[in-house]
Amino acid sequence: MTGLLETTAERRARRNRHPASDERPAWMGRQPRWATAARGGLLTVACLAVIVPFVAVVMTSLAPQRDISARGGLVLFTSEPSLAAYRAVLSGGVVTRALSVSVAVTAVGTVLSLACTIMLAYALSRPGSLLHKPILLMTLFTLLFNPGMIPMYLIVKQLGLIDNLAALILPVVVNAFNVIVMRSFFLELPGELTESAKIDGAGELRILTSIVLPLSKAVVAVVGLFYAVAYWNAFFSALLYLPSPEKWPLQLVLRTFVVNQTPLGTDELSASTESLPPQASIQMAILVMSVIPILIIYPFIQKHFSKGLLIGAVKG
Amino acid sequence: MSSGTKVRPRAGADPGAPAARETSVRGQLAARWHRDRVLLVLAVPGVIVLVLFHYLPLLGNVIAFQDYQPFLGISGSDFVGLSNFSVIFNGDPEFLNALVNTLIITMVQVLFVFPLPIALALVLNTMLNERAKRLTQSILYLPHFLSWVIVVALFQQMFGNGGMLNEWLRSADLGTFQIIGVPELFKLLITSQVIWKDTGWSTIIFLAALSKVDLNLYEAAAIDRAGPLRQLWHVTLPAIRPVIVLLLILRLGDSLTVGFEQILLQQGPVGAQASEVLDTYVYNNGIIGGNWGVSAAVGLVKGVVGVVLVLGANRLAHAMGERGVYSK
Repeated sequence: MTGLLETTAERRARRNRHPASDERPAWMGRQPRWATAARGGLLTVACLAVIVPFVAVVMTSLAPQRDISARGGLVLFTSEPSLAAYRAVLSGGVVTRALSVSVAVTAVGTVLSLACTIMLAYALSRPGSLLHKPILLMTLFTLLFNPGMIPMYLIVKQLGLIDNLAALILPVVVNAFNVIVMRSFFLELPGELTESAKIDGAGELRILTSIVLPLSKAVVAVVGLFYAVAYWNAFFSALLYLPSPEKWPLQLVLRTFVVNQTPLGTDELSASTESLPPQASIQMAILVMSVIPILIIYPFIQKHFSKGLLIGAVKG
Repeated sequence: MSSGTKVRPRAGADPGAPAARETSVRGQLAARWHRDRVLLVLAVPGVIVLVLFHYLPLLGNVIAFQDYQPFLGISGSDFVGLSNFSVIFNGDPEFLNALVNTLIITMVQVLFVFPLPIALALVLNTMLNERAKRLTQSILYLPHFLSWVIVVALFQQMFGNGGMLNEWLRSADLGTFQIIGVPELFKLLITSQVIWKDTGWSTIIFLAALSKVDLNLYEAAAIDRAGPLRQLWHVTLPAIRPVIVLLLILRLGDSLTVGFEQILLQQGPVGAQASEVLDTYVYNNGIIGGNWGVSAAVGLVKGVVGVVLVLGANRLAHAMGERGVYSK
């Protein structure tokens, strides 16, 4: 489970087979130079297409008005970076409030989701247990049929969750796909471990917490990331269920002030300074802040995107 | 779908008298309850959530058959039979426009978006340097984790009228290139956004399949003097065909679902004619416009057709000898 594409054992086996070469098997002939160059060029262009917008956005958020005016819009490089835009945005006001809403929803939601998903997946990891099949089918069916937006809205309304931050969490707290991913991971764990623990007198809860979970860090990390990203990125559910703007999460604020280009004034920022940082910098600072959490956790989780995790899930 | 393995022999197998069998069935149930009760308790929170926010809304679809009035509620509103569905069957122009837009976008995306990750995965798979390969993958996966709001904002900043590209074109006296806010180019715009966001991430499943290809096959093919293209055609592509079929089935099953959030965010400047799809029609017509019953009817039909499409595509895959989403 360590490798992104192949297991350590596989890689080692391949190395051993071709110890001297640059991992190129003897039978794999040298490819024409232009083919290699074309592939390298393609990958470079693809990577640049991802990186350049980020660099431009970060640089613009740091740039002073002079640079922005000179370039007309985004800047790729600024000689005198300043954090003025971030200070203006974080000193209270709409964006600060939205940021705290997003952080709270993401944190609470991810913990709740992981708890429910682990419990349900573990309950479903014993084929032959009481009601195993009905519960499994019930979970799988939710993947096939989506109840639809209108009935969903009416139910959330009926439950009194409109304009309540819980509406961003409760309807999506359990995702059947994630349950299945986790369940198939649990099923792959050697059964002898749980058997022997049972013989030693451990109950199900004990087995779950002291044997299964410590062995499942990778899948918990990846599923946790999926949930966290979903909560952090939630935009439509907030638009649908939260009529009052003071409860809006960051994504909705981002839409208002960056996508729809509503200008941010001193009212929204509660910054008393007469000399606000350039509008473009403020907008890009909001954008950067909505991306940063993902950039921070991404490298830690990314190494777990291994083949077994997702492929195994597809088998259902 | 894994079938339950029976842990203990069934009571019915015992040649006992009916009364004795009944008690043993009950006793067995009690024993199983005793053994599995902790598992069942663990399942409760998840099951409650699924019932509340999946099965209950499913029942809520009855309003598709009602003249739903918010102040009367589901129980108080009048049933009106199938009249809400007349929008669909009599071909209301707004509905037809949304349907046509949806189908065009699906077609464009199956043709131009679907093959790209396969090609990218094949290129990535030829990278021999493990470190460079991982770094490339990390970069290419990243956009998948950004929200649509962020992606739309980034595209505006890069390609909008005051965006990076046009500022550069202006400074070079090359005129401007307008793609954002132009109705005729809207489908091209959202397709390119989907490509940017998800091509990298979609390679993950093809790369996993590629990593499982037996290297001996390539060696054997090379001995038979198969060049790189022949190896690709006779070894690599057949090996990943089941995955391609599987993903194609899932995509076709989603034919009526195209980037809801993405389109909703960008509808303003281009107008409904160019941008309305089924999901935005349901939202704009139902939640915003208050035509609850009609919107629910459209949503319900869309859901049912989606299920039929998945099952149909899957049956087709079985007929062609593929494994499909689930095995028979």
